[in-house]
Amino acid sequence: MDEPVAPAIADTAVPRLPRGVRLVHNEAQGGWMLLAPERVFKADAVSVEILKRCTGQANLGAIVDDLAKAFAGAPRERIHADVVKLLAGLAEKRLLEWG
Amino acid sequence: MTSNGIGIPAPLGLLAELTHRCPLGCPYCSNPIALDNRSGELDSATWARVFREAAGLGVLQVHLSGGEPAARRDLPEIVEAARAAGLYSNLITSAVGLTPQTLSVLADRGLDHVQISIQDSEQASADHIAGYKGASARKRALAAEVVKFGLPLTVNMVVHRANIARVEPMVDLALALGASRIEVAHVQYYGWALENRAALMPTREQVEAAVGQVERLRKIHQGRIVIDAVVPDYYARFPKPCVGGWGRRSLNVTPAGKVLPCHAAEVIPGLEFWNVREHSLAEIWRTSPAFNAFRGDDWMQEPCKSCALKEKDFGGCRCQAFLLAGDACAADPVCHLSPHHALLAPLAAQGADVPYNYRHL
Repeated sequence: MDEPVAPAIADTAVPRLPRGVRLVHNEAQGGWMLLAPERVFKADAVSVEILKRCTGQANLGAIVDDLAKAFAGAPRERIHADVVKLLAGLAEKRLLEWG
Repeated sequence: MTSNGIGIPAPLGLLAELTHRCPLGCPYCSNPIALDNRSGELDSATWARVFREAAGLGVLQVHLSGGEPAARRDLPEIVEAARAAGLYSNLITSAVGLTPQTLSVLADRGLDHVQISIQDSEQASADHIAGYKGASARKRALAAEVVKFGLPLTVNMVVHRANIARVEPMVDLALALGASRIEVAHVQYYGWALENRAALMPTREQVEAAVGQVERLRKIHQGRIVIDAVVPDYYARFPKPCVGGWGRRSLNVTPAGKVLPCHAAEVIPGLEFWNVREHSLAEIWRTSPAFNAFRGDDWMQEPCKSCALKEKDFGGCRCQAFLLAGDACAADPVCHLSPHHALLAPLAAQGADVPYNYRHL
């Protein structure tokens, strides 16, 4: 299977949700939603775990380490690739900033 | 979208028309021809209750609109109430009458996003379209304030005969103003826009050029600015899935508290709309006659009823079906399968450089 090549993002880069992008929980919508100007995205369980850690405090490396700890069993490289793929996709849509 | 247990989907968005008052006179205003007056407007406590009920129903985003929402002195309390209810708040403003001081208060009270309308990239034309001298300069100045406060900015550009040749400079202007998103919205012909249809209608060639430009600009500016487009109806072959389907995704509360499935719904005769002064939003969403009028497909006629796309476009727009075909249950005449589709070309051909009938009370 062809996997898209993950963009090179340094482990020291700090991801955060910009002003105007919020992760909220809504019972009637059945879970976590990422809200942005005129846009609403349902966040799946994996995305929620990643996005909750994008507080503007932790850098990419620390977030991956933390996830690897929380989800023991999954190889760190795989987690790293998943996190980068999600965050790069969000940054492309201006739903995430790198500090 | 998930069901709330009784087969009716949970709404995502609430359009809160806080007032119909507005300093501008745009000839394509989406407000109805018969405007609500100030004395009948809901107070901020009622809006706060509506926001809480909306969030409970599943609504995630509230669009604070008008008229000009800043015409309300209690706008900060209203923004605060939206935030307290857990809603994402979007201020849809003309920027005329909204001061930097008020904007700063709104930012502090938790406003999430600001959308400013820009009528044209050329200032004289922009002021002419808005029917307000100096509007363009004030909009640009307020856009800078929005960016300064760190709020995300959307620029909304309504596209029509007078400005359709300037899609590219308008996108450039949005970028220069620091917008992260631009809506290139071709006029939809309801309310005041329908009154002004001839003066606003572009030619087919103009529309095709503009649509191509948007595609090109999207690629060029990918990652810098999000370009959303509202496509023009009269030259299309397939209808839009209007408001994401009747009573499926959104509700609109008028200044006086009437709850509509879409802002134009009052043009359809015989619909019974309920008011938040008498009913909870949940009651209205689930059981009011207007919201149930076009849910499901019992109301549909052919060619919609047996159409493979009926779950996708819901037969198009009910208001347009009524306005053009004379029957709100008919297929939207925009659809090439509608027996009324041939009506559109001659209507579109009536486009002409005639004076505007500006929106007025």
